[in-house]
Amino acid sequence: MADTSRVVDGLRAYRMITAMWIRSTMAYRASFFMTTLGNLTATTFDFVAILLMFSRVDELGGYSLPQVAFLYGLSSTAFGLADLALGSMENLGRRVRDGTLDTLLVRPAPVLAQMGADQFGLRRLGRITQGLAVLIYALATVDIDWTPLKLLLMPVILVSGAGIFGAVFIAGAAFQFVAKDASEVQNAFTYGGTTMLQYPPTVFATELVRGVTFVLPLAFVNWLPATYVLGMPIPLGLPEWVAFLPPLVAVGCCALAGMAWRAGLRSYQSTGN
Amino acid sequence: MGSGRLYLAVAVGGFRRYATYRAATLAGVFTNTVFGLILVYTYTALWDEKPHLGGYDLAQAVTYVWVGQSLFKTLANGGGGVESELMERIRTGDIAVDLYRPADLQLWWLAADLGRAGFELLGRGVAPFVFGALVFDLALPTDVTTWAAFLGAVLLAMVVSFGIRYLVALSAFWLLDAKGVAQMVMFTGWFCSGMILPLNVFPGALGEVVRTLPWSALLQAPADVLLGHADPLGTYAFQGMWAVVLLAAGRMAQGAATRRVVLQGG
Repeated sequence: MADTSRVVDGLRAYRMITAMWIRSTMAYRASFFMTTLGNLTATTFDFVAILLMFSRVDELGGYSLPQVAFLYGLSSTAFGLADLALGSMENLGRRVRDGTLDTLLVRPAPVLAQMGADQFGLRRLGRITQGLAVLIYALATVDIDWTPLKLLLMPVILVSGAGIFGAVFIAGAAFQFVAKDASEVQNAFTYGGTTMLQYPPTVFATELVRGVTFVLPLAFVNWLPATYVLGMPIPLGLPEWVAFLPPLVAVGCCALAGMAWRAGLRSYQSTGN
Repeated sequence: MGSGRLYLAVAVGGFRRYATYRAATLAGVFTNTVFGLILVYTYTALWDEKPHLGGYDLAQAVTYVWVGQSLFKTLANGGGGVESELMERIRTGDIAVDLYRPADLQLWWLAADLGRAGFELLGRGVAPFVFGALVFDLALPTDVTTWAAFLGAVLLAMVVSFGIRYLVALSAFWLLDAKGVAQMVMFTGWFCSGMILPLNVFPGALGEVVRTLPWSALLQAPADVLLGHADPLGTYAFQGMWAVVLLAAGRMAQGAATRRVVLQGG
């Protein structure tokens, strides 16, 4: 099938370009360790802020510190995975502006794969490391009534969450074909999204929770499956089976983002320099 | 041309340069508003649990959020001021051209950064603040004096912020690629300026330490003046002290760099 071969082509190109960037990053090893450490420190600060909050209170929106850490770890790790794989997509606006996107268009590989792998930032492992550390801390301290189903659900949550955030990165990049300079808008959904998901859903206004459940389905990254695992009330009084929807939502989001990407790419007109 | 007029022209240039990117400005306003919303809800949960935390009531805490989002770009505590350009000029060696100009390097960049900060305050600061004031219950002063005192504290905060970032940028003379350092200092600054959590909520000794660091002159100081939580004159003295110390340190670093360091040639 033509479509499958394109996907295979894309993945192959993605793998080759990322391998090249990793080699180039490793040429400056000290710089790599510094920036990875910087990445890790940066993300650690917002967890420290949560720790500071819990030094003054015992509960936030009815959630204990280990429970918030559980939400935080899932959101941060899923976001970190998406950021590692596709974080460079946010540079699209710059490439459109300075005309360097044209270089990618003439190469015999899918533009999406080239763009995603462009400037592949291995330093982003810092965020994933930090997310996983908080998740491990949460798992060690939180009180969960484990069942085989819940255990199986854990890796599914992380992978689906990464898929949903990845779709946001792609859709954000597609939007930049139109918006060019306005690349910062996507930060509201990517960084803003992961920040929001680090806190319990009970903290936010119902309309906001509805928005991130039914319009931009970020709630499927962690809120809906995590409340099920924790045995907390599921937001908006939704039934338990929504906890198992994240893979479907992720596939749906990626399909929509892919369509947006194609539409954006088709509408692209070079600046001509 | 008098030197005062020269730096004024540089500042105006900085203002106009950032004013050019309208779509980017709008995008920034949107993003800051979204972050403001997220913080308002988390602070509300926090203050519900513990009213009068850090001496603020809920309305004051919510006001603090919008002051923070409005000053985010102005103070550039997350980076993104003129220092990234200065760093790049040092790395490439273009700085030699700047040193050749009949103008003072530090004053030149201070003027450019103040112009930038002025635009960010008007272009990116006002809209999220108005949004916050319309949607939430804010604790805003009704007298003009407090607002004027607040603006004075913001101006001093801009100078302190520049003082920190200038030192970071100058480190490129020795490190060549100061991006790692810049990143570390920025994130430390982001946290220590109270962007995530007001500094008066920080517990115990940690709280006392962060409240004496220069970063507390950036957001906490003007916010406390606006909220009637701090005496303006005492605040000015604290900010002024850090401004002088940092600018003097910047001048010394600049002297050392231009005397001893061999520039990157082209």
